[in-house]
Amino acid sequence: MTTCLECDAPLTFPPDLIDGEIIPCADCGAELEVLSLSPLQVGLAPAVQEDWGE
Amino acid sequence: MRLAFLCSRIRIEEKLLLAELERRGVQFDRLDDGELVLDFHTHQFPYDVVFERSISFGRSLYALQTLESWGVRCINRAQVVATCGDKALTNLALTKAHVPTPRTALAFTPEAALHAIESIGYPAVIKPVVGSWGRMVARVNDRDAAEAVLEDRAVLGSWQQQIFYIQEYVQKPGRDIRAFVVGDEPICAIYRTSEHWITNTARGGKASNCPVNNRVGELALQAAQAVGGGILAIDLVETLDGELLVIEVNHTMEFRNSIDTTGVNIPARMVDYVLSIRSERHTAAPAMPAAQPATAR
Repeated sequence: MTTCLECDAPLTFPPDLIDGEIIPCADCGAELEVLSLSPLQVGLAPAVQEDWGE
Repeated sequence: MRLAFLCSRIRIEEKLLLAELERRGVQFDRLDDGELVLDFHTHQFPYDVVFERSISFGRSLYALQTLESWGVRCINRAQVVATCGDKALTNLALTKAHVPTPRTALAFTPEAALHAIESIGYPAVIKPVVGSWGRMVARVNDRDAAEAVLEDRAVLGSWQQQIFYIQEYVQKPGRDIRAFVVGDEPICAIYRTSEHWITNTARGGKASNCPVNNRVGELALQAAQAVGGGILAIDLVETLDGELLVIEVNHTMEFRNSIDTTGVNIPARMVDYVLSIRSERHTAAPAMPAAQPATAR
């Protein structure tokens, strides 16, 4: 079971998960980035930068 | 023709676009801008067309300028990104094309900015020239508030935060409009309704469908063409007397809340456009010599 790096709660993943996808932790709201699918690994997503946007 | 999908963070939008490309069997590689190395000596880049979806304005700006100088067709074009990523440059392009915008002034010191605000009148809006999602946008209702915001920007901000972009506050009917343009067509639009004066859906604005077979569509297309065209989202505001003004143009648009709302398959329309550009390029020019991809994954 993969857990949140911030609060250790179990993470829920969508069935069509892809590499690089951002998964919010349902418990603490931290954003986790999928680093690899096999094996499934997540890291804390980078914090929002000043030049980020649309 | 080899296609690259340039991205960093995979938002819902990127996931939808990747799924659409895969659904159609399009051959492409996904490039992470964080892993990209653009060697000015070798010019090695084995792709002819880049579909840019980077969340970082800085990375996308420099990547696209470099790649275009090497002959790569980028969507959107580097000049479009450079213009849309900077609110002042956007406004200059819109004004040059006679697209109506709110009264705007630029100043470079807090003192001059305060003078500009008082010329425009309260309330006024202070915006960073670079930024998105309504961040660091401040409505100031009086001189005390203006002085406080300007001092904060001057002391705490980067040099770009000290390019003071001052705009009149437009009294609006509790909503603004986000219109989507792909190529030569305004494909759909949404109203963004909020009790807060910032109506971005990223800040809680609620989306509902807005017709585009009218002045909204015409003005959105005019604005898109003014900044160079491509795949763009135009933010407009209605004044209380019914005039439409263009606030800004977004070059890496987010659309997650607009697909069901409008009934338009926005990612499909975007992919249609990218593939049409790729086909045009295939017809117009021979493929560039391929090199080994360094960062494909």
